[in-house]
Amino acid sequence: MKPGLRLKSLTPDAPLVEVQFGGEALMLPEGDNLAAALLAAGIDGFRQTPYQGVARAPYCMMGICFDCLLEVDGVSQQSCMVQVRAGMDLRPARQRREGPYASL
Amino acid sequence: MHRFDLAIVGAGPAGMAAAREAAEAGLKVALVDEQPRAGGQIYRNVGQAAQTYGAQLGKEYLRGVPLVEGIDHEAITHFSGHSVWAIEKGQLALNSPDGARQIGARCVLLATGAIERPMPVPGWTLPGVMGAGAAQIMLKQSGLAVENAVLVGSGPLLHLVAVQLLRAGAPPVALVETRQRRDSRRALLMWRLMLRAGRYIQRSLADLNELRNAGVPRHMACADVALLGERRVDTVSFSSGGRRQELSCDAALLHHGVVPHVQASRAAGVPHIWSDKIQAHVPVCDSWGRTEVPRVWVAGDGAWIGGARAAELSGRIAGLAIAHDLGFVHSPERDRRTSGWIEERDFELSLRPLIEKAFPPYAAALAPADNVTVCRCEEISAGEVRQAVRDGATGINHVKVSTRAGMGRCQGRMCAAALARIVVRESDAKIDEIGTLNARPPIKPVTLGALAGMRREAEGSEDD
Amino acid sequence: MDADFAIVGGGIVGLSVALGLLDAGQGVVVLDGSDADPKASRGNFGLIWLQGKGVHQPRYARWSKESADLWPGFAARLKETSGVDVGLRQDGGLDLHFNDDSLADAVTEHEALQAELGAEYPFEVLTPETLSIEEPEVGPKVAAAILHHGDGHVDPLALIKALSAAVVARGGRIIGATAVTDVAARGAADAGFRLTCADGAEIQAAKVVLAAGLGSAQLGPGLGFAAPLRPERGQILITEKLPPLIRRPSLIARQDRAGGIQIGATNEDVGMDRRVTLDGMAKLAAEAVDAYPVLARAQVLRAWGALRVMSPDGLPIYQESPTCPGAFLISCHSGVTLAAVHAMSLPSWLLRRDSAPDLEVFGETRFAA
Repeated sequence: MKPGLRLKSLTPDAPLVEVQFGGEALMLPEGDNLAAALLAAGIDGFRQTPYQGVARAPYCMMGICFDCLLEVDGVSQQSCMVQVRAGMDLRPARQRREGPYASL
Repeated sequence: MHRFDLAIVGAGPAGMAAAREAAEAGLKVALVDEQPRAGGQIYRNVGQAAQTYGAQLGKEYLRGVPLVEGIDHEAITHFSGHSVWAIEKGQLALNSPDGARQIGARCVLLATGAIERPMPVPGWTLPGVMGAGAAQIMLKQSGLAVENAVLVGSGPLLHLVAVQLLRAGAPPVALVETRQRRDSRRALLMWRLMLRAGRYIQRSLADLNELRNAGVPRHMACADVALLGERRVDTVSFSSGGRRQELSCDAALLHHGVVPHVQASRAAGVPHIWSDKIQAHVPVCDSWGRTEVPRVWVAGDGAWIGGARAAELSGRIAGLAIAHDLGFVHSPERDRRTSGWIEERDFELSLRPLIEKAFPPYAAALAPADNVTVCRCEEISAGEVRQAVRDGATGINHVKVSTRAGMGRCQGRMCAAALARIVVRESDAKIDEIGTLNARPPIKPVTLGALAGMRREAEGSEDD
Repeated sequence: MDADFAIVGGGIVGLSVALGLLDAGQGVVVLDGSDADPKASRGNFGLIWLQGKGVHQPRYARWSKESADLWPGFAARLKETSGVDVGLRQDGGLDLHFNDDSLADAVTEHEALQAELGAEYPFEVLTPETLSIEEPEVGPKVAAAILHHGDGHVDPLALIKALSAAVVARGGRIIGATAVTDVAARGAADAGFRLTCADGAEIQAAKVVLAAGLGSAQLGPGLGFAAPLRPERGQILITEKLPPLIRRPSLIARQDRAGGIQIGATNEDVGMDRRVTLDGMAKLAAEAVDAYPVLARAQVLRAWGALRVMSPDGLPIYQESPTCPGAFLISCHSGVTLAAVHAMSLPSWLLRRDSAPDLEVFGETRFAA
C-alpha cells in the first residue's frame, strides 16, 4: 500500500505517547492535533462513508467538514478538534451502511 | 449557570479584539472557542509557534501575538476547547469533553470567521485532497509541512501557502492556477485601488518572486481540473493553453477564496442575504455589527470577508458598541474611540474588490458537473440535485428533503452554497426566492448523554 | 376546468388522496405550499402506529387497522410506480413503560380495544426477560413493554418523494411553492370551484379537497367547515448513523434504515412556533438514554420542531361541506399510518360510490355540542 500524505515535521523531537488505532499500538506526539498526528503517522483512512463505503481523510482541518471523523474512546468526533492523549482508543467511525437489519 | 454581559463565539482576531475592548469597558466577557488555544485560523497557535517556527510563517502571522496576550484579562473567561451548539435568548449551550453546560449572556457576538470556499471538482473527496488552508493549519498547529503537493485554484492564500511550504523545506510540485488572463487585466484596470493596496501587492509580488526563484512551476489559466487516484489522490489533471496535462503528487491542496462561516448566525435566527461578490450567504448587520435579532451581533470575516486586519478592527468596534448598548460607555466616548477604527476598517474593506477581481472563484467548481459530489456527508452528486429540481423541488429545503443533501453531519457547511447555485440555475428562480438551508441545532454535534446530563442538572438544582 | 379534483396540500395526506383519485380515473391537480410553510409531513416521526389508537372511538381503531393491513401492498405499489422504496418495516412496535402503574393503565386500554376488535388487535406484554431478548439495548429502568404486532415505520421523506413521483407518473399535476389564498364555489350548484393563488393564478376544478394541514383552518370556514384545528409542537432529535441497535420502533426512538436514531417527540402547545428548545432537547435525550443506555454515546446531529395538526378530540376529520357540496375537508395527525387507506379506500367516499367506507363518526357534527 502506498503510504499516505508525506509530511515534514519542523518539531521532530516532541515526546511521544502510545495510543491504540484500530487495535494496533501507535506512537504519537503528546498534545498534538490528533488528525495531523495520524496523517503524519501515515494513516490515510479515517471515516468510511455510509453509502459507498469509501475512505475519507481530513479535508478542512478546522472542524467544518467531518471527514476526519474517528471514534475516540467510543464517541465519534472530528479528530482535527482533538488533542493526542496517552492511551486513547481510536477507531474509524461506526457508520452503518444501507441495507437490511443485521440482527433481523 | 454562570452569567456574563457578553459571550463571544470565536477567538480569532475579531473575537479577541472585541473581548479586550469590552473587558476594558467593564463588561464581564466569556470568550468561547473550539480550539485549545486562542488565535482563530489566521493566528492559529501563534502563542506557541511564535517561539519556534513562527518566522517561517511570516510577519503577518506574528501580528497575532499581542491579540492573544490581550485576552489575558481578569474580566475575560476563555472557554477554550468548547463548542457552542445552541444559542437561545439570553443563553448559550456549550459542549466540551467534560459535558454540556449553559452560560447566560446579555449579549452574544458571533465572531466565527471564514471557511475556505468548498471546491467541488472531480475527485475532491479522495484522501490526500485538502484545503490549502488546511495545510497551513497543519503547519501552524503541528509544524507539519505537506510534501510533494500540487496547489490548485485561485487566491492570495494559494501563493502564501506555497511560500510557507517552500520555507518549511517542502517545496510544492506546482501551482495550478484557475484564474484566467482576463482576471488580471480586470484587476489592472483598478489601478487607483492598486495604489492604495500597495502593502498587500508588495507582499504578494514578494511571494511570487520567492516561488519563481525556487523554481516552483506555475500553470496559468487552467481549466478542467480533476483529481485522480485509486484509493488516494496521486495525479492532478488539468488543461492549460489548450493542452491537457497531468502532474503526479502526494497531495492536492485546493483553494479558491474564503466565505463567512455562518452556521452559528443562521442557527441564531439572523437573516442572511446572498452576496454575488462573495458567492455565499452573509448575515445582515449594520456597520457596528448589530443584527436584526435583539442582542445578537456579528464581527469579522463571519460577517463580511475583509481579512485579518479588518476583522480585528470590526471586533474592536463591535466590542465597544456592545459596551455602549449595555450602558457601560457613553456614545460620545464610543464615537470618539471608534472613528479611527471605522476609517481603517472601511479602508481595508475597500480593497476587497481588487482581490475579488484578480482572484475569482474557479468557475467549474461553482457549477459542478453532474458526476461531482457536492454533499460530502450524504454522498450526493450535483446531478442528483439537478434531478430533484427537475422533479419539482422548488426551494433549497425541498431539495434537502428529497435528496438528503445538506442533511449530514456538517449540516450544509460544505454544500449549501453549491445547492443554492444549482437550484437557481436549474429552476430560473431568483436566489432570494429559494430560501436558505434551515439551520438546526445542535450547531455542532452533542451526545445524548451530555444532553441528558443537562436535564439532570436542571432537575437537581434550581440554582440560578 | 383544470381538473376533476383540486387538492389543496401536497403533504402525505394530500398526495395519498391524489394518488387514490388518479387510480380511480379522476383528473387531479395538487397545490402545494412553499418551504416556509409548517409542512408537518416533512417533520414527522414516520410511525405506522395502531397501539392505543381509538380507545374511545373503536371506528378509529378499525380504520387505522385497515390501513396498517393495506400498507405492505401499498408500499410495493408505490415502489413499482415511483421507483422509490419507502423503507417499510412492519414487524411490530413497542410502548416502553418505566413503571408498573403506567403499564397497568395501558394494558387496561389495550384490553378494552382487544375486546372490541378481537384478533384484529394483536398485542402482548413483554417482561424484562423477554424484552432483553427482543430488544437487547433496552435498559434496566424499563419495567416492561407492550408489543403490538401491527405497528411499524417508514422513511417519511422517502414516502413524500414516492407519493409525489407516483402522482406525476399517473398523470397528476403538482404545482409547488403556491399559496392558495381563497377557495370558492363558482355560483350555481355543481358548477365547481375556483381556487385563487397568492400570485394571482386561478385553478378551476369540479371538486376540491382541503388537505392543507393547519392551513385548512384558514381556508375551511369559507367553504362551510368548522375546521377546528390547532398546532401541537413536537421536537425530534436525530443521531449520527449507527450500527443496528434498535430493532423495533418505540414511541421514544426508532432507528432509520440509514442507521440514524430518531428520538421524539415532545407535545407542546406553543402556537405556530416551530423552534427547538434546550429544555425540549434535554428532556428527549434523558428519556432516550433511560430507555436505551447505549445511546448516551451517540452524537445528536440535528433537532427540529414540527407542528401536529390536532382536532379537538385528536381524531381525523372527514367531512363534505354542508354548504358547498363537492368540497371536502380531510385532516388527521396520522398521515403516515393512514396513507394506505387514504389512497385505497377514501376515494370511493369522495366519489360517493356504494363501496364507500362509513366515515360518519369522523364528521364535523361531533364538534357541534
